[in-house]
Amino acid sequence: MEPISLTGTVLLLPLASALVIMLFHSLLKNVAHLVSTGVSIVMFGCALIFLGAADQPNGLLLYEYLKVGNFTADIGFVVDQQSRGMLFIVTFIGMLVHIYSLGYMKDDDARARYFGALSLFMFSMNGIVLADNLVMMFIFWELVGISSYLLIGHWFKKPEAADAAKKAFLTNRVGDFGFMAGILILFGLTGHVSLAQLQGSMESGALNHIKDHFPWVITLAGLGLFLGAMGKSAQAPLHVWLPDAMEGPTPVSALIHAATMVAAGVYMLVRVYFIIGASHVTGDIIAWIGGITALMAALMATQQGDIKKILAYSTLSQLGYMVMAVGLGGPKEGMFHLYTHAFFKAMLFLGSGAVIYACHHEQNIWKMGGLYKKMPVTFWTFAIGTAALMGVPLMAGFWSKEGILAVAYPAHGHGNGILFAIAVLTATLTAFYMTRLVIVAFFGKARSKDADHAHEAPLVMILPLVVLAFPSVLAGYHFLAEPLQALVPSHHEGPEAKIVMGCSLVAVIVGFLTATRLYKNVDKDPVNIPLFANKFYFDEFYAGLVKYAQDRFAWLVTALERIIVDGLTVRLPAALANGLGSWMRGLQSGSLQAYTFVLGLGIVVVVYLAVFFSTKP
Amino acid sequence: MSLLEIIILLPLLAALVTWLGAPARVTALAASLLNLVLVGWAFLNYQSLHGADGAMAFRHARTVLSSPHIQFAVGADGLSFTLALLTVLVTLAAVWSLVDKERIYYTSTLLIASGALGAFLCTDIFFLYAFHELALIPTFLMIALFGHGDKKDAAWRITIYLGVGSLILLAGLLGVVWYCSPEKGKLTFDLLALKPLAADAPYAKFAAANFFVLLVGFGTLVSLFPFHSWAAPAYAAAPTPIAMMHAGVLKKFGLYGLIRIALPLLPTGANTPWVQHALLYMLLGNILVMGFVTLHQRRLDGLLANSSVMHMGYIFLGLASGNALGQNGAVLLMFAHGISVALLFMLCGRLRNQLGTLEFDKLGGLAANAPFLSLVFGVGAFASIGLPGLANFAGEILIFLSTFQNFQASEGFTLLQVTTILSLWGVVISAVYMLRAYRKIFFGQPSAGHFMSDPSLLQRVPMFLLAAVLLVVGLYPSILLNIVQVSLAATGLK
Repeated sequence: MEPISLTGTVLLLPLASALVIMLFHSLLKNVAHLVSTGVSIVMFGCALIFLGAADQPNGLLLYEYLKVGNFTADIGFVVDQQSRGMLFIVTFIGMLVHIYSLGYMKDDDARARYFGALSLFMFSMNGIVLADNLVMMFIFWELVGISSYLLIGHWFKKPEAADAAKKAFLTNRVGDFGFMAGILILFGLTGHVSLAQLQGSMESGALNHIKDHFPWVITLAGLGLFLGAMGKSAQAPLHVWLPDAMEGPTPVSALIHAATMVAAGVYMLVRVYFIIGASHVTGDIIAWIGGITALMAALMATQQGDIKKILAYSTLSQLGYMVMAVGLGGPKEGMFHLYTHAFFKAMLFLGSGAVIYACHHEQNIWKMGGLYKKMPVTFWTFAIGTAALMGVPLMAGFWSKEGILAVAYPAHGHGNGILFAIAVLTATLTAFYMTRLVIVAFFGKARSKDADHAHEAPLVMILPLVVLAFPSVLAGYHFLAEPLQALVPSHHEGPEAKIVMGCSLVAVIVGFLTATRLYKNVDKDPVNIPLFANKFYFDEFYAGLVKYAQDRFAWLVTALERIIVDGLTVRLPAALANGLGSWMRGLQSGSLQAYTFVLGLGIVVVVYLAVFFSTKP
Repeated sequence: MSLLEIIILLPLLAALVTWLGAPARVTALAASLLNLVLVGWAFLNYQSLHGADGAMAFRHARTVLSSPHIQFAVGADGLSFTLALLTVLVTLAAVWSLVDKERIYYTSTLLIASGALGAFLCTDIFFLYAFHELALIPTFLMIALFGHGDKKDAAWRITIYLGVGSLILLAGLLGVVWYCSPEKGKLTFDLLALKPLAADAPYAKFAAANFFVLLVGFGTLVSLFPFHSWAAPAYAAAPTPIAMMHAGVLKKFGLYGLIRIALPLLPTGANTPWVQHALLYMLLGNILVMGFVTLHQRRLDGLLANSSVMHMGYIFLGLASGNALGQNGAVLLMFAHGISVALLFMLCGRLRNQLGTLEFDKLGGLAANAPFLSLVFGVGAFASIGLPGLANFAGEILIFLSTFQNFQASEGFTLLQVTTILSLWGVVISAVYMLRAYRKIFFGQPSAGHFMSDPSLLQRVPMFLLAAVLLVVGLYPSILLNIVQVSLAATGLK
């Protein structure tokens, strides 16, 4: 297949599926899920062929979206190692989640709507991955936001789900404010929005004058783009939407809020790395925000009781890792962790979905227990995912985490001692909270009736778990990573590498042993830290900000607008108004026919004048 | 009679016939459908004939007065056709959505349509102005007679404001006719014969002042801050088809006038720094002040009315940028805003009829029983907050980009660019109020006593029509942009 028809298919097929399902919603009630799943399988096939496609640095044009004078913003595709690899991840996990959903959403009344939104998401996400310019990326960026809004709010009757959907979209909008500002500045500097042309201007020296004399402009543009990434990849302080987004169906959490959409921020940063890397200030800010997010989210995860919330905070923490790596000058390391993390985190979420399904929608780990005997496949796959996430040696997560620690190590180019310490501490905490989760949920005795009666999920749900177990172990090895077009960072050697590996190992062991000691055979949490359990009170702070700052301010502006603008411009012609007011009162009691007659007569006169009193020129 | 004359007079004739007793619904629907076909056909024809030069076509003139020179002259280019298309689309939707209404509703909707078409298709300043005034009369009357809530206050307010605004506008237009008539002492109202005021004309200061007068006059019609306070009460009070026609179509006349008359004929006036700065401050008032005012609304009608005022700020921003990117974005956004706001007012009217209230605190969970309605409302709402893939975004991003076209790092951010950054925050504010409203009305548990059902298949047609236009233009904006940009270039805009 021609590259353009291949990428066109990957983009347009899910759009067609989404539109057809939404338009013929009631007709397709019983086949929509098959249409959507079929499309996801075809997309995966295309992505496999795409792995062999040749690089297209200047993009493949589908059509010109906007063209005014010399300015164009295309819908066009870039084909390189990043887009090929990312497309593989997105369509692979997308396909598995579609299949898994066939089981998980079997009895949902609005299954057709769910699968329609899933197709819309696949369309949007593929668009981000393939975008060859910033305007197109922004378009699909926001479309991902709306698909996520629809999927989080799938059970919209539940107030929590409806609120979570709104919160996710609005938090992302705040990020998009920065994204757009960044695009505008870059457009102002170069006159382009295409990534290839922007990179050309940056690297050819055309912007050297600005780099030397006005570096703040480039810093500002990079920070603007980063604000967009902070929204999508849920970096502090814009992280608050992601835990709430767990109100959506669990397969959605696996696909969107673990493996793909939230990774889009990191993907975008890697795409525009030539801008970020051009300014030290930008890089430092990004690295620190990533590091702080990683540590803070890990601390919050240690005190959660909801199985999905623990995984959500863990996702935040891992995204923080990736962002930190990019900020520290390691886009390859960040991308590599994105790639391994996608597999095992998707598997963990799908596993948690199987647990929730088996326990009749119980999500509290303190009401589970003893599940390992009842759900052996789920348990073993979950254990593999946990080991990968903790960074147990030889698992996928071990390699990519070590890469990030190596970038943070002070001896490395941009390395930083404090950030390295944060990264090691986060690794310890990760081992701690994941061990806690597994022990409490799967071991000990069943702490509720639902857990006691739990049984293994159906085959369509188990199958994706088993499939994902393989890359969770193997994705870190070159023989698998390279054919899948993952950016495998070069292996670090030498004495630092040994220190890094030592720290990483100690972190896993310490975290694991502490958690085992604390949580073996307990029925309630022996540790109680309100600050972590309450997520550092971010939500309360924002609620206050919205209520007292934004809404009070809106009230004040409204009052002033009424008093000043209205007062000045309405009182002024008040005298006139009095006269007219009495005329209006007359109008009320008058006959409608008379007024319309007068009106009609006036029009007839105009027409008469225009048509009959005219002379041909 | 020429084609454009037929297009203008057809709704007028239909209005007359319905008023005289012809079956109102059938006549009105037939006339608006026929007009959609005529405008669509003419537009396609124009694209194939003048796709490259963008010249004024389908011209026809009948002289009414020889001194001063006034003609009943019609003609259209890409800009006029875009707005004419907007008019016929919204008219059809408005007429279709009328059910069980007195004939006066049909008559007035058709009258407004005719006035708007006349204003967009006449090339003589006198008639262009007169047709707009003609369309205002039924607007005022319908609000005063059949409005909701505080209709009297709203009606006198819009009458006074637009009346005064029109007088200021008239003064400004006479000024243009005076400056720009090719032979001194021989005034002509023929728009195509007027000559742009040269940069070195002795009247440069007057030109700036005159441009400002036009800005205030046209601006009042478009609810430019601080001359906006008629708009929100009027739209909240107006009967549904009137709100659709005025907010969707007729309001765009002011912007059309600025693009058609003020910018090309008084370029020096438009480029005067104090005029530019004044415009930027005023449009910031629209975006930020009205943004926060919209945030404070507790009823759907008030929210839509105020947000419609707010969004005018973005169109003015496109005009303020002073380049082709911004002007094309402005025209695209005029069209998109017209369609989206008409759709939203139509749905709002339906909610009011069925539920009897529009207060957010009394509504909830409508999506459960009315999925189609919530989907279409979602399309309108998300279009209006600039979601990519729907038409409004295409206009907005062109406008934003246009303001950075002349960015110079050495000069830092100019006032125009600072305004843009602040306006970007307005995009966040829009999302906040729209999503809050959508959450409250459609999501959550259905509130007791307020049952809403989906419309019948037949009544879905106008909603589907407008939503489909938003989607098509959103995915492929070039469908309008290609022809608009050659025409704007031909108008002599820089």
